[in-house]
Order: sequence, then C-alpha cells, then structure tokens
Amino acid sequence: MKKLGSRLLAGPYLIWMVLFTIIPLCLILYNAFTTFEGRFTIENVMAITDYVNAKPLLLSLNMSLVVTLICFVLSFPLALVLSKYSKNKNSIIVMVFILPMWMNFMLRTLAWRLILLNNGFLNKGLGIFGFNPVYLMNTKAAVILGTAYDYFPFMLLPIYNALVKIDKDVINAAKDLGATSFIILKRIMLPLSLPGIVSGITMVFVPSMSEFVIADMLGGNKVYLIGNVIEQAFNSGYADVHLGSGLSLSLMGLIIISMVIYKFFDKGEGGHGIW
Amino acid sequence: MANKLIELAGITKSYGDKTILDEMDLFMNENRFLTLLGPSGCGKTTTLRIIGGFEMPDSGKVLFEGRDITNTPPNGRPFNTVFQKYALFTHMNIEENIAFGLKIKNKPKNYINDKVKYALKLVNLDGYEKRMPDSLSGGQQQRIAIARAIVNEPRVLLLDEPLGALDLKLRQDMQYELIRLKNELGITFIYVTHDQEEALTMSDTIVVMNKGYIQQIGTPEDIYNEPQNAFVADFIGDSNIINGIMIEDKLVEILGTKFQCVDEGFGNNKPVDVVVRPEDIVLTKPGKGIIDGRVVSAIFKGVHYEMEVEACGFDWLVHSTVLVEPGTEAGLWIDPFNIQIMNKPESEDEEIFIEE
Amino acid sequence: MVNGIKKTAEKVYLVIILLLLYIPIALLVISSFNASERNKAVWGGFTFKAYAELIQDEIVMGALYNTLLLAGGASLIATILGTLVCIGMINMKKRSKSFIMGVTQIPLLNSDIVTGISLMLLFTRFADLSFVTMLVAHVTFIIPYVVLSVQPKVLQLNLSTYEAALDLGASHLYAMWKVIIPEIMPGILSGFLLAFTMSLDDFSVTYFTKAPGLNTMSTMINAEYRKGIQTEIYALSTIVFIIVLFVLFIINRRSEKAYKQREESGVAL
Repeated sequence: MKKLGSRLLAGPYLIWMVLFTIIPLCLILYNAFTTFEGRFTIENVMAITDYVNAKPLLLSLNMSLVVTLICFVLSFPLALVLSKYSKNKNSIIVMVFILPMWMNFMLRTLAWRLILLNNGFLNKGLGIFGFNPVYLMNTKAAVILGTAYDYFPFMLLPIYNALVKIDKDVINAAKDLGATSFIILKRIMLPLSLPGIVSGITMVFVPSMSEFVIADMLGGNKVYLIGNVIEQAFNSGYADVHLGSGLSLSLMGLIIISMVIYKFFDKGEGGHGIW
Repeated sequence: MANKLIELAGITKSYGDKTILDEMDLFMNENRFLTLLGPSGCGKTTTLRIIGGFEMPDSGKVLFEGRDITNTPPNGRPFNTVFQKYALFTHMNIEENIAFGLKIKNKPKNYINDKVKYALKLVNLDGYEKRMPDSLSGGQQQRIAIARAIVNEPRVLLLDEPLGALDLKLRQDMQYELIRLKNELGITFIYVTHDQEEALTMSDTIVVMNKGYIQQIGTPEDIYNEPQNAFVADFIGDSNIINGIMIEDKLVEILGTKFQCVDEGFGNNKPVDVVVRPEDIVLTKPGKGIIDGRVVSAIFKGVHYEMEVEACGFDWLVHSTVLVEPGTEAGLWIDPFNIQIMNKPESEDEEIFIEE
Repeated sequence: MVNGIKKTAEKVYLVIILLLLYIPIALLVISSFNASERNKAVWGGFTFKAYAELIQDEIVMGALYNTLLLAGGASLIATILGTLVCIGMINMKKRSKSFIMGVTQIPLLNSDIVTGISLMLLFTRFADLSFVTMLVAHVTFIIPYVVLSVQPKVLQLNLSTYEAALDLGASHLYAMWKVIIPEIMPGILSGFLLAFTMSLDDFSVTYFTKAPGLNTMSTMINAEYRKGIQTEIYALSTIVFIIVLFVLFIINRRSEKAYKQREESGVAL
C-alpha cells in the first residue's frame, strides 16, 4: 500500500490521540508543577508524601493487592476447570461466568449494598441459621468484597484464554512422561499461562488502585482512598486543580513503576489483543 | 510363537453417535515394528491413544503382558509417545524437555546428564542442549520429541504420524533413522500412518484398518503381494481390480477370458475380486498375450512408464520400463502367479483376523 | 476412584463460584418485585410498581437514553478510527507501528480518573462541558479496545487476496472495502462490542467530563441511589440483565452455528 494511503488512514486516529490523550496529559503535567499564581513548584507532586495523602495511598495499595490476590486465587482454579471442559473458545459455560461483566458495575455494587446493609440479606440469612449479625457495611472488607466482585471477570478471562491455548497434547506428553497432576500444574500449566496471569493482574490491580466510587457506595466516608482524595481535589469545595494534578501525577508514576516491574516478568507477545 | 506383549480385547469406542472402533481385537508381539495403516478416520489414531491411555475405551480391555491396564493412566504405563505435532514444552530448553521424564523418576543428576547426551547423540543433535524448541526446524523438533520419549527406556514406543509435517527427503531420512533406532534400542514400535509407502518401508507387521475394522494383518510382502480384499488391494500400491468368476481351483474367468492362476479354495463358479499389480502385466505383440488391447496413454514417471491400456472393456494400468506408444495395439500377458484372488466383501466393512 | 472425587470437587467449585457471582444479581431481580420500600430483606408482597414508575421516571429514562446514545455514537466513531489505523499500519515501518501502539496503550494504562481529569482540564479551558465533550471523552478511552481487537485480525491477514484483487484491476479503495474489511470483520465487530460495553460501564470518565444535568446510567445511579428511587433502579437492573442474557444467548447461538458449519465441511478426524 502506498505511503500516502497509510498516512491518510492512520492520520485521523493520530490526530485524535494527540489532541485528546497527549495534550490533556501535558495539561496535568503543567498544572502539577505550577502554583495558583503560575510559578514553578514541586510541592504538588511532593504532596503525596504528606501524611494526609500518603495514608489513603497506602490504603489503596493495600486494598488493591488484597483484591488482586482474591481475584487470582478464586479465578485460577476456575480457569483450570473451565479450560478442561471447553470444546471451543466460545463455550457457553465460559459465557455464563463472563455475563456479570456486561451488567453495569454500579448496579452490581448496589446489589452488595442490599446484601451488606445492617438489615440486609446477609444478616437476614445469618439470622436464619442462628448466627449473630455482622456489621460489614462501611468497612474496608465491604469495599474489598465489592471491588473483587466487580473485577473478577477481568482476571478470569485472560487466564482462561491462556490456558485454553495450551495444546492438549503437551499435557498428554507430560502425562506420558510420568507427570502427576501436581507436576503438570506446576511445571507446565503455570509457566505457559503466565502471560495470561500477568495480563489479568494488570487489568485488576491498576484500575482498582484508583477506585473511588465503590469506596463511596460500600464504605461511606469511612473508607478514604487515594481516588477519593483526587476526586475531592477537583470537585469539592476545596478544589485545587494544582494539588489534584500533582497527586494524579504521583499516582500515574506509581502505576508506571508497577507496570515496568511487571513487564519484566512478561515474556511479551507484542501486538496481542485483550481477548 | 512369541509371547503377546500388548493385547486389545473387544475394544469399542464412540464419539457421540459416531462409532470409531467396534469390538476390535488385536495383539502385538515384542520387539516388532508394527504399523497401523489406513485412511483418515479409520480409527488408527484412536487405537494408538487407547493403548497409550489418552482415551478410555467404552468397553473392552487393554492388556500388557497379561495384566489389565485399561484403567491405568498414561503416567503409569511403561510406554512413551511421540505426538503428531511434537508437543514439546516450549517454555523449556531441549535439555529440560528430554530430562523431564527422568527428573520425575528422581534419577540422579549425573545419570540424567549422561542419558540426555546419549539421546541427543542417538538422534544426531549433539550439542543442542541449551537451545529452545522454537528455534529448531520441524525435523529437528521431531527428533527431539523422539529423544524425549526414548530416553525413558519404555517397553513400547508409540508414534502418531510423526513424519507428516516433513518434506519428502527428510521423511525418507527419518524413516531410516527410526528403523536404526528400533534395532539399536531393541524396543517395540507401534507406528500410525496413512502413508502406505512409509508402512511398507519400515514395518515388520502392518495392520491395515478401514472404518474401525481391521482389514488385514501381515508382513509388508504379504500385504502387497497377497491382499485379502479389494480395500487392501486398492489402498496399498496401484492395482487393477476386476470382477471375476472363479470357475474352479486355479482357473478364473475375467472379462470373458479364462486365466490360469495359483489360488485355490474359493469354490466353483463363485464371484470373486481379482487384483493384478500394474508392474506384473507384460505388454507383447497382439496375439502373443492372453488378451488383446490398445494403449490409450503413457506418462513418464521416472522409475517407469505408466500406461493405460484398454482391453476387453477394462482400463488396465500397466507399469513398464519399456514404452509402448499410445495408439499401438498390444497383447497383455500375466503370469498365473501374479493373479491374486480375493473374496468379495460381505459388507463394506469386513474384519479379517490372521494369526502370525 | 481418585478421578471421581476430583471431578466432583471441580463441579462443586464451579457451582460455588456461580452462586457467588449470581446471588447478588438474583437479589436485585427479586428486590425489584418486592413491595417493601425501605428494607428489601423483608418481603412485602409481589408488585410491578417499580417497573411502572421506572418507565415514567424522566431522570432514569433520560439517563438510559443518554447512555445508549453515547455508547452507540462513541463506539461507532471509535470503531471507524480504530479500524482505519489498523489497516494503515499494515505496511508501516516497525518504528511507526510501535509509536502508534504505544500511544494506544496510554489510555489503558492510565487510571480512568486520570483520563477523566485530564480531559476535563482540556475541555474547561476551551469550552463548556456538554454532550459533545462526553462523546469525545468516551471515544478517547474506548478506541484502544477497538485497536486491540482489530489488530490481531489484521496481523493474520493474508495479503495475497488483496494483491489478487489489485491484479484483477481493483482500485486500492475498492480492494480495501471488498477484500480487507470483510476478512477482518470479526475483529471489527468484537471491537465494536467491546467498545460499546466499556462505554456503557464507565463511571469515572463520564463523571468528570459530563455536562451538569446530563447523566448516564452510572452517574445517575451515583447521584440518586441514596434517595427513594432504589426499587426503580433494581427494576432497571432486571431489565438490563434480561437484555444482556438475550444478547449473549444470540451471540452464542451464532458462533455455535458457525462452529458446526466448519466442523461439517472440515476433514473428519
């Protein structure tokens, strides 16, 4: 194809991306390093180290790690079982597990309110069995539960896709050579599904770091995450665009660092789609 | 008679509503190169996988040295398999691939190193220990797959169409390699292929299969020279298959002409299938043969000329190193020894069982 | 023997996770029919009242309308832009390709907060927030999903069919339309679907770039869920769930049909 054709096709996209991705980021950069009067400063970026900001950040970090762990521990065995029973990539069993993903996550989080409210379904159910009620609403646990529930399919799908790609004869070969199920899991399936695992972890950890809505809905004002901090910096009565930009920049930096660490472990199949 | 190493008794296997194998009986002796030969879908791969333990038969038993191993999983059977698409562990290097089975058996490090070196030498890939499977060619990957299997000293090596993806020259080289390996290692090979030339080249025994039934078992010479039915005759080599009537012993009538032959025991005035190999037909001057005909076409095949000769209403296939020009009238002569009589099949799938 | 225990354990695990996933949704559905106003854990009788109120509720229906319009429009634009750039990348140098793919990754790597805020900063400098700004924002963050869906298909393309078309006299444009696009259509469709889904499900980006008064489902729920219209929202959830179920069922049916067709025309094992 002619060069001009390529430029013409890719042009609109590039213009769009520069206008609406790169320039806005530059704006954040600019605002992060300037004050209200327009002087250069690094105090916005350093603000992340202030206790009042560092505490929510560490809490976000903590909770995201827990959420990622829960998602992984629950979805990996599930992916293993599903990959055994699937005939083709679009088996209906997999669809059933992915279906919740297509319902708006706000609605699903609302459902958790129904369950976790003090007089909600959970306590009702516990009462039937004679247990004491638990007061999970507005706790960290509630937010973790809701977030893990929301992001579960994002961990399941990539791992499932990676496992399903493993040639069944490779597993048969391992069996043929004397491997038990445990050895097959440890030395064949885990290493070969690693790209999927890394993908899944990325798709859960990164977004959950900046979550603030689920914290609002299930945690009330008791759970205050870095996402909440940034949101308040832009939208509340204490709006400070510069501080907010500085904090955002710090958050971005942290995410980039984690990504770099992860790319280290990812054998990398460049150009691969999500699904 | 040598003792039965592996025996399949009454094996039946279906997928959904397709019956692949129906009450199949088969046994194999030790230290032979046995080939399961047949067209796609005949059940040969299924049979191999049942022997290897990767498929469970719906009914029937798999016996090894008399022991019932039907329910033993693959990692408990003293067999190793070479898979059609090699199934190498792409995330491990060559050394780790080959050592995989040995490590599971907890063999000492020195032993493993020696065995890996020996296996690589055996398949002519010395020094490839640290390479990754993706960096190897198809033929090399195939040899690694073989090395990985044989290094565990199995009693039986199962091979599932291993040479299918290789080009002709490489395939031929590998065929000789496999024969050499079998002789050097002294283990039993069970080989699956749809390529009859491959089967004829390498095997001690060939089991011809079609639609889940065994058509014939014999040595390559038996299968080729004395096919038992039309399917085997047609599948192995080129052949002329004609309807005939067995008049009496050693006399058959084909296309209105009586031919002397050497087979007996087919009854009197019974319809039979007659097969004559193209290279067994001799073209002479008209009148000097048993029947007369005319050469329709001739193609140079390198090894011989392939000629089509129309005689008595039948298009005969003739192979000869001597060319007879198309359009020429010619006489066809066939040595009685080269006329093979076969029973007509009672149904499309016929099971025949021959003792070795 | 051990095999049997394993299989049962696997099935049990499947069922447990299935229950965990669907019980919350089931509770939503049940609650939508529950006449109790305040506490849904107490059954107050079966009623369709919430559904009736839902249809008449301007806030909710307006948000629904906006959501669909936004998602549809944004996905369309994103699919066009994304597909074009993938086709354009076919013959590009490695460096240009890497640059484009790199830029594509940026919205994915950024948390949606950052994307939303950065766009808000851009918009408020030059204009008011409006439906258009929401649309632009949505297109921006869903485009990468289109690219990542279409690109693998483009990589798998067999260019000789395109060259054959040129050889037979087609213009570049005609060949592209008649040869390339149909072949990558599965990727385009799945990209569109994915983009649509991500737009429907978004909160953060919409939150920061929306015009006051204009709401999508997500922002509407965020604003209203503490107030009295909860049951209506549950009714909405039920309807959404049924639609999603239906769509997924159809998709599955079609792919099963296609799979069967391929099986029958292929070579038997």
